[in-house]
Amino acid sequence: MNAQPGLMARLGAVFHRYANPGRFLRLGARLQPWLTWPALLLTLTGLGWGLFFSPADWQQGDSVRIMYVHVPCAWLASSGYFALAVCSLLSLVWRHSLADLAAAEIGPVGASVTAVCLATGSLWGKPMWGTWWVWDARLTSVLVLFFLYLGHIALIRAFDDPQRGYRAAAILALAGTVDLPIIKFSVQWWNTLHQPASITLTRAPTMASSMLWPLALSALGFTLGFAAIVVARLRASVMENRARILLASPASRAARASVSDHREQTV
Amino acid sequence: MKRKTRRLWLVVACVAGLGTAAGLTLNAFSSNIVFFMTPSQVAAHPPAPDHTVRLGGMVVAGSVRRELHGETPVNRFDVTDGQAAVTVRYEGILPDLFREGQSVVAVGTAAAGGGFTASEVLAKHDETYMPKEVAEALQKSGKWDPKFGPPPDASSWSSMTARDGRTARGGS
Repeated sequence: MNAQPGLMARLGAVFHRYANPGRFLRLGARLQPWLTWPALLLTLTGLGWGLFFSPADWQQGDSVRIMYVHVPCAWLASSGYFALAVCSLLSLVWRHSLADLAAAEIGPVGASVTAVCLATGSLWGKPMWGTWWVWDARLTSVLVLFFLYLGHIALIRAFDDPQRGYRAAAILALAGTVDLPIIKFSVQWWNTLHQPASITLTRAPTMASSMLWPLALSALGFTLGFAAIVVARLRASVMENRARILLASPASRAARASVSDHREQTV
Repeated sequence: MKRKTRRLWLVVACVAGLGTAAGLTLNAFSSNIVFFMTPSQVAAHPPAPDHTVRLGGMVVAGSVRRELHGETPVNRFDVTDGQAAVTVRYEGILPDLFREGQSVVAVGTAAAGGGFTASEVLAKHDETYMPKEVAEALQKSGKWDPKFGPPPDASSWSSMTARDGRTARGGS
């Protein structure tokens, strides 16, 4: 217990170092091209390889190629939500202002990949399983994740005082983390129509390496792309905040007033 | 700093409490969350004849019989989980992935005599992904017959390429 305040203080110092918007803008501007271009390159390589050059599956045929989009989106749906939860923890415990903005920007991107995951899964399910949708544990828990994202998007923007929105949305996001292990282990805990994971930490992947490589490239590309979009949105959001503060500052108001005095009075 | 520590523990306690509650709820309802019953479960606790259930298992090799009644195909096949088997009757077109040795989920009602009438048959594919040539090579070499269950351990074939498959085919 003795080391606790020291540890918390040091953690807080590390987090607040990057809470400085100016420091984040400089870091983000340098980071952006290193995220965007590798993301485009890897995604195009992975998808091109997967969609055109990888072998067809012995029983699924060419339908298996949906996997090269579906699996990266599914992985990002969960890990994007995990990032949202980390931001929410920083927001609730350390009152980290940049984490608030990050949570607001991760939500729509995460919801989009979850929607793509559900849509591609449905398109894959029809020819293979014989149905667009079933209420098995895996499909249902991912649908719940989609609704959690939608709820977060709505809640974080629902208050006139943004701080209250950040608090409420952070609580929602942290409560929703309960869904993440349910998604991951649903295919092991219960009988589901969805098959178990092919890639695990303990066993050799039950996937031929000629399919695994394009999938890995595609997943890495999608992940970098997710990060690139979130960083770009976050930079825009920080700059937007700055512009708003500048416009609201007394100096700026005085300047505008002196330029167009008559207009200011009518507004 | 003290307030931050307190907030951290509060969040940890809330998430732990919520997680426990969710875990207990799911555990209590776990029989309702399973997507299908296995043949041995159906044999042990036969559902009411008017109750729609899902029956899941592997299609027994050599058990599939197809007849044409006018225009509609009528399929009969046995579904097993290794301990019990149930004969399923299904009128209609089976999904593309349906084959002997495949896992399927049949939606329908269990008759009192032990048969099962399905209104819908879904194919369940496993977590194995391999090119056609590799699957053929494994079958040629006698390491795997898809009719009798899942393929051998992935480490024995995951690095095989389509070319390995072609040489195995040419050699035999």
